[in-house]
Amino acid sequence: MEIFSENFLLRAVVAGLGVAAVTGPLGCFMVWRRLAYFGDSLAHSALLGVALGILLGIDLTLGILVTVLTLATLLVLLQDRSRLASDTLLGMMSHGSLAIGLVVLSFFQSVRIDLMGYLFGDILAVSPPDIAWILGGGLVALLLLARIWQALLLITVHEGLAQAEGISVKRIRLTYVLLVALVVALGMKVVGILLMTALLIVPAAAARQIARSPESMALLAALIGGIAVTAGLGGSLTWDTPAGPSVVVAALLLFVVCLAIGQWQSVERR
Amino acid sequence: MSDGANGVEAAGSLLAALAGVSFSYGRRSVLEKIDLDVHEGEIVTLIGPNGAGKSTLLKLILGLLEPDIGSAYRRRGLKVGYVPQRLQVDPILPLAARRFLCLPERQSEDRLNACLGEVGASDLLDRPLQDLSGGEMQRLLLARALLRDPDLLILDEPLQGVDIGGQLGLFQLIERVRTTRGCGVILVSHDLHVVLAGTDRVVCLNKHVCCSGKPESVSRNPAYLSLFGPESAEGLALYQHHHDHRHDLAGTPLPESSADVDKDGEGRPVG
Repeated sequence: MEIFSENFLLRAVVAGLGVAAVTGPLGCFMVWRRLAYFGDSLAHSALLGVALGILLGIDLTLGILVTVLTLATLLVLLQDRSRLASDTLLGMMSHGSLAIGLVVLSFFQSVRIDLMGYLFGDILAVSPPDIAWILGGGLVALLLLARIWQALLLITVHEGLAQAEGISVKRIRLTYVLLVALVVALGMKVVGILLMTALLIVPAAAARQIARSPESMALLAALIGGIAVTAGLGGSLTWDTPAGPSVVVAALLLFVVCLAIGQWQSVERR
Repeated sequence: MSDGANGVEAAGSLLAALAGVSFSYGRRSVLEKIDLDVHEGEIVTLIGPNGAGKSTLLKLILGLLEPDIGSAYRRRGLKVGYVPQRLQVDPILPLAARRFLCLPERQSEDRLNACLGEVGASDLLDRPLQDLSGGEMQRLLLARALLRDPDLLILDEPLQGVDIGGQLGLFQLIERVRTTRGCGVILVSHDLHVVLAGTDRVVCLNKHVCCSGKPESVSRNPAYLSLFGPESAEGLALYQHHHDHRHDLAGTPLPESSADVDKDGEGRPVG
């Protein structure tokens, strides 16, 4: 524990690895189910959560959590009723909640909020309790995801088939969306929304280039995310670049590497 | 086809039935006063134009929807194998046939091979789903349904995206499955010109059951003709020759004398 309180870099790495381990598998379903903008929308709605938190005088993290979970539930309900595609709904939710948040915040002129802090976070300022939240919450999220994995995969392949075979499609879909909302809400305060959403999408996209099964893609995504965190923080230390963005850049570079490997493999096979 | 006549009536316990079922989405009435039943070893083909309520009917039989009026019956412990209309998997999801068959439960290698062998698709096991042709995909979906040891097979437009040559093979396959397993089959088709030769009953649906009966009689029924036009009378007979004679194992047609003649040939007009 002592080394934790001494070494901010080690804390950042542990927090980053914890986040990557969860966002890898969760992010795979995000790209499979075409919900890539989901994290983004949640990020924007978080501002509304901050505003509501101030308005109601409750803890801001709680405000964010409640708002994010409510919007995630709304998304699932509207997907069934509104005849709108998921990306349309996400676009409306994201800009709508951002706008409402800004309007509500304008009523409190005395309040100043570090918006940049929420959007970009500061992984180098991670505290030991933050790490406990990430590792504990992440473990719970992974266990829950493992429980619904088979059913969610079948739903992703063909919803009607899953339904006909007695899987309660709505419940599973809602569980997944709430899981993502929970992880994003917990992670964004610590590592920032930019890093959070990037770690959901980029490692999954990179893993697809070399994976042969859904499970290997999930594991590879977690691994690639972990490498990106380590390399990004290392680079940040060496060249004195901002930490979170450096991790995202590292993830993108890994994507390019995986893309090249994937292309080379498919040429080999021919 | 003689096994249709003696097999069905002897064994045929009732698998599922709809009695006087009406259903509407909000104010839009989709189905009205539907009576339908399917027995063991029986093939019921459901035909009707787009929007006739075929998919809704399937959902009612599956128990995914509850009728507004009337009742739906399913035999206790009925196992249903469902073959959906089309399955297209996005290339972003790396999924081989083997993994797909093991969703949501793992299956033993022996069972996988047995069911794939039954549909003549043993070579598909390690292929990614994205690479399969329409016909291969339908066989795979059928194998997946068979893994569940179904009492009732429900196939929703199984010929979509299957080329003409493959269609006949798929039909023969479905018929063979019915014969060897003795399960009931409900087959939906919006292609009115293609009705499986071994079909015991054709149900012509357009919100209500227009007419039903043996394929030959339905094609002569005035309700059918007015719904689909007189030219469909010939169309329905497209695969009909399989019904009129039989092939020996080498594929040579047997003499006409062995052909089965339709005895109760006056299709029941209903609506």
